Amino acid sequence: MRKLIFSMVALLVLAGCASQDAKEQPGAAVEDRKPVSGEVKPAAKPATAPKASPVESKPIGSQPLGAAALKDPNNILSKRSIFYDYDSAVVKDEFKPLVTAHARYLTQNRAARMVIQGNTDERGSREYNLALGQRRADSVKQMMLLLGVQESQVETVSFGEEKPRAAGKDEASFSENRRSDIVYAGE
Amino acid sequence: MKKHKLFRIVLLALLWLSLTPAAHSQLRIEIIGGGANQVPIAIAPFRAEASLPQQVTNIIAADLHRSGLFKIVDSGGLTSVPAEPADVQFPMWTARGAEALAIGVVSPLPNGYWDVRFRLLDVLKQTQLTGFAYQVTQQQLRNTAHKIADAIYAQLTGDIGVFSTRITYVAKQGARFELQIADADGYGAQTVLASNEPIISPAWSPDGTRLAYVSFERKKPIVYIQSLLTGNRTVAANFKGSNSAPAWSPDGKRLAVVLTKDGNSQIYLINADGGNVTRLTNTSTIDTEPNFSPDGQWVIFTSDRGGSPQIYRVPVTGGAPERLTFEGSYNVTPRYAPDGKSFVFVQRNGGRFNVATQDFVSRQLQLLTDDGIDESPSFAPNGRTILYATVVKGRGILAAVSSDGRVRQRFSAEIGDVREPAWGPILKGQ
Repeated sequence: MRKLIFSMVALLVLAGCASQDAKEQPGAAVEDRKPVSGEVKPAAKPATAPKASPVESKPIGSQPLGAAALKDPNNILSKRSIFYDYDSAVVKDEFKPLVTAHARYLTQNRAARMVIQGNTDERGSREYNLALGQRRADSVKQMMLLLGVQESQVETVSFGEEKPRAAGKDEASFSENRRSDIVYAGE
Repeated sequence: MKKHKLFRIVLLALLWLSLTPAAHSQLRIEIIGGGANQVPIAIAPFRAEASLPQQVTNIIAADLHRSGLFKIVDSGGLTSVPAEPADVQFPMWTARGAEALAIGVVSPLPNGYWDVRFRLLDVLKQTQLTGFAYQVTQQQLRNTAHKIADAIYAQLTGDIGVFSTRITYVAKQGARFELQIADADGYGAQTVLASNEPIISPAWSPDGTRLAYVSFERKKPIVYIQSLLTGNRTVAANFKGSNSAPAWSPDGKRLAVVLTKDGNSQIYLINADGGNVTRLTNTSTIDTEPNFSPDGQWVIFTSDRGGSPQIYRVPVTGGAPERLTFEGSYNVTPRYAPDGKSFVFVQRNGGRFNVATQDFVSRQLQLLTDDGIDESPSFAPNGRTILYATVVKGRGILAAVSSDGRVRQRFSAEIGDVREPAWGPILKGQ
């Protein structure tokens, strides 16, 4: 969850910078051709050089990605969680790009290994939830195998309801706990 | 006789040494409701029991009261404590409302033992119903009181008593998990395993000397079997993926477990040493929560092969499972009654999870609880009470309900949450 928020914050900062730059080129469009390299920004603003577009639309090229990409908050590979509906193990459309990106990483890094950890919310039988968590992790793995990942690169385990990330008894907490997490070996 | 007693003493001593006392050694118990016809019984103080570190009659009275089947009649204010039937003033006890009366004597023996003997009397007929004498160590006094309560219970209800049995459960405090065992009255909790990772699904071996359980200490669920005598444990199942839901066969030689080594959660049979793995179910869905019938011929389990979790039964030799539950969309955690004629399970109704039983022959379903988030039901070995886990005011506690639904109890720890109970067997030869 923290990584997700960080990525979103980074996204907002980047977006903010981009639009601010456009607004704060005083007169650039009218008479002054002074190059704007950031000196017109007020000191209080973070001096982040504008980068390319937000994470979602960053094209994933055919260049192989190294391990640094896994931790890069601007890279979809730093996102590690898939969330589910109640009683369901179906990977929803909104998470398919994430699964695809990790599958691509594994096919390009044949030595890389991951564990997918399945979780559930706390309602119901612990053992049935352990099995449901397993089914969730396996549904992600199945998708990866179809994308060319080798069986030996992915292990799936379940924590069932036993290691919840959110401690509340409300739907927001339950939703956060209905989740598969991708963890690479060595992390 | 002497050798047998010596073995028993050594057994109990080993049991004591291999376990550590839990930080908080008692579960508090509260009783709600009572049986239809409570037998009024008086437990007179036993002669010379004041010299004991524990008053056995307090323990006997508490056991009988907790069953919900007895009304404990006032036994105070006696000018002299009766030791023999001849000492008993029956009209006085009748006047107090008692129909049964327990009297007893405690005497120290030269070798540091105690002689504890009791008689159960029929107050109206003025006759003796039963009586026993025990020679025990000071350490065994509490257990002896439970055995006396068992004898009284058996005599007056016709059922086997379970006051001298034990229970196991998992206690959670913050990030700390402890698998504990305690007497059936919640007393004397001892820690079997302490961990910073979850522990679930403890299961007693039929002879009461081992616990199988699932531990996440290696960051994935693994089934262990631990001896309560020596503290040693072995890995029963650690295959690729998840290993869980251990259930003992009645002869103690095999377990049913759930493994995901071949993909999805399926039920397998394994030897207690982990060898000889054979697959019992064969679907691409979830099959879990196996439980053996008392005659060892069947395995009952939870499966969502029909689209939603329901309860099925399959012969232990394999074959096509038979579906047992058809009401509602979520029926899980089936456990056989000790007489094999019914099973207890959990049924989801709206947002609630209730404990229910179903008879195999009539298929009749009886809801025993209706107001909570109940899970993990476990029969007492006499089939008269069901222990389960529930949540009250945000805290995990244990509760019990009689198999007719009339008597309810709540067990709570002083702090933290308690869950995953399992009731231990009646130990033979004690």
